[in-house]
Amino acid sequence: MVQDRQPILEMKNVVSAYGRIKALKGISLTVYDGEIVTIIGANGAGKSTTLMTICNVIRAVEGDIMYKGERINDVASDVLPTMGLCQVPEGRRIFPRLTVTENLDMGAFFRKDTAGIKEDMERVYELFPKLRERRRQLGGTLSGGEQQMLAMGRALMSRPKVLLLDEPSMGLAPLLVQQIFDIVKMINGQGVTVVLVEQNANLALQCASRGYVLETGSVVMEDEASALLTNPDIRKAYLGE
Amino acid sequence: MTIQESKKLWIGLGVGLFWFLLLLWPLTGIEPDGLHFAGTWAIFAKVALAALVIVIVYQLQQSGKLDMVGVPLGKARDAVRKGYEVAPTWALLVVVLGAALIYPQFAGRYGNDVAISVLIYICLGLGLNIVVGLAGLLDLGYIAFYGVGAYTYALLSMHFGMSFWLCLPVAALLAAVAGCIIGYPTLRMRGDYLAIVTLGFGEIVRLILNNWMALTNGPNGILSIPRPELFGFQFASLSSLYYVILGIAVFTVLAVYRLNYSRIGRAWEAIREDETAAELMGVNTFLLKLLAYAMGATFAGLAGAFFAARMRFVGPESFTFLESAMVLAMVVLGGMGSIPGVILGVLALVALPELFRGFELYRMFVFGGVMCTMMLIRPAGLWPAKRVGRRSEEME
Repeated sequence: MVQDRQPILEMKNVVSAYGRIKALKGISLTVYDGEIVTIIGANGAGKSTTLMTICNVIRAVEGDIMYKGERINDVASDVLPTMGLCQVPEGRRIFPRLTVTENLDMGAFFRKDTAGIKEDMERVYELFPKLRERRRQLGGTLSGGEQQMLAMGRALMSRPKVLLLDEPSMGLAPLLVQQIFDIVKMINGQGVTVVLVEQNANLALQCASRGYVLETGSVVMEDEASALLTNPDIRKAYLGE
Repeated sequence: MTIQESKKLWIGLGVGLFWFLLLLWPLTGIEPDGLHFAGTWAIFAKVALAALVIVIVYQLQQSGKLDMVGVPLGKARDAVRKGYEVAPTWALLVVVLGAALIYPQFAGRYGNDVAISVLIYICLGLGLNIVVGLAGLLDLGYIAFYGVGAYTYALLSMHFGMSFWLCLPVAALLAAVAGCIIGYPTLRMRGDYLAIVTLGFGEIVRLILNNWMALTNGPNGILSIPRPELFGFQFASLSSLYYVILGIAVFTVLAVYRLNYSRIGRAWEAIREDETAAELMGVNTFLLKLLAYAMGATFAGLAGAFFAARMRFVGPESFTFLESAMVLAMVVLGGMGSIPGVILGVLALVALPELFRGFELYRMFVFGGVMCTMMLIRPAGLWPAKRVGRRSEEME
């Protein structure tokens, strides 16, 4: 059923490297419009590298990255958000010495429609009421969970079609993690395609429709999320059984 | 103050004095004809006595025995601060600008001379502040653009008889172009690497000025550069020159203020905070860093053109690395990213050495001590950039 839909983002045999060390050894994955796809794997499997390669922060040495049917290998990182492809990088990476509002404004940096930006800011504040309370505070003074919300809100300010989320649960209390995942689902419900990179495989697979398992730079398994959740190998390797 | 705190204080004093002695004796006691101790002890006794008095006063103050002096003082300080917060910004600006305008009426030749160099360094400091304070790019060769501005005016006025006012924008433009030329290959680097490369480029510019005999007359420099002139009025006196550089400095402050609170200014700050994240948010980091470089260089170019007109002479030795380091120190000491901070930093580093002339031989020693103390007491600068909610409030 999913296969009938048009893929919005596709990687075909993508290889990328840090110097001479290959981090991705020919990765292929397909993301369809409107779904949540998760990429799980252990430390150093290449999950974050995959997202950074999509965003051209790390250049793909081989292979094609397609977005909406166009090859985006050579599109500069700062142009991708204008096309609707936005990343929430690992470790949040908000701007610590800018205020919350200014951080959100940076997300809409390339946009010129003042009214639309204001509207989106309101939407982000409704999604994350904590941020409204703290809107005049410097980003660096927020707690970890609030910073994660800020990073997600900042990305939403660019009105993304595809949101790349890198480990949104990192370093957060379990209750907050659940909250973040609920919000991911909510964002997805509003029509945003989500690519979710996670170490918390259990929650990620519950939330996603399909999943890819990465091991040392290669895709070792891809399936429906529900099938991966019940797969004994996956349960053993990533779900702690 | 508890016994522990007090003990810590006295141990600190002892260790500090011992350390001072270790440094002092080799400097004063070792001489070609043998080792001496008397001189060292004489200096050491004075310093130790002063330190002892300071610590005793501090401890009395902590224990509340000096409250009859300290409390009224604190109240007075609070009142001044409150008054400052209540007073509208424009009123303060009017007072400062008014004082700046009537200053030459009261200052002598020497006072005007110091004021002119303060204003030149304000332009330089604010320009460098864009590069270092806002965009977060450590530039150790900044003075090169000052040199480009100075030589632009010198050469254009000597060879083509162009007027100062016409040369001013040309100098700014050429400095900006130089900024782009230097920036284009170097801005691919980050952090420490960038600092080293800019240091190298600064030296290259100085060496070109020093060795291109045909154009720059080499180490001899260019002599008798004409003074600025407006509708037949010669800006010959120091006080009239003061007004020229005051105008340039005010223009610089306004321009940097506008940039600071613009969309571009925020993008620069985002780049300083996290370059990759800024890029992922759609900021063209390369272009904006180049722009920061060019804008910073522009103000150095303006200051340089004035410098050439004021000195009536330019030579390569005015544009050494030490000058770059001084401007950088002004920015850091004053408070990176803060306009009043940079101005205070300039005042501190240009005016203080003049005040310390009374110390004669120990002038630079006292100056170094004051710099260390200031950085210990106010590590974020004399007037740190305070901008919590500033722009956000404007939006609401």
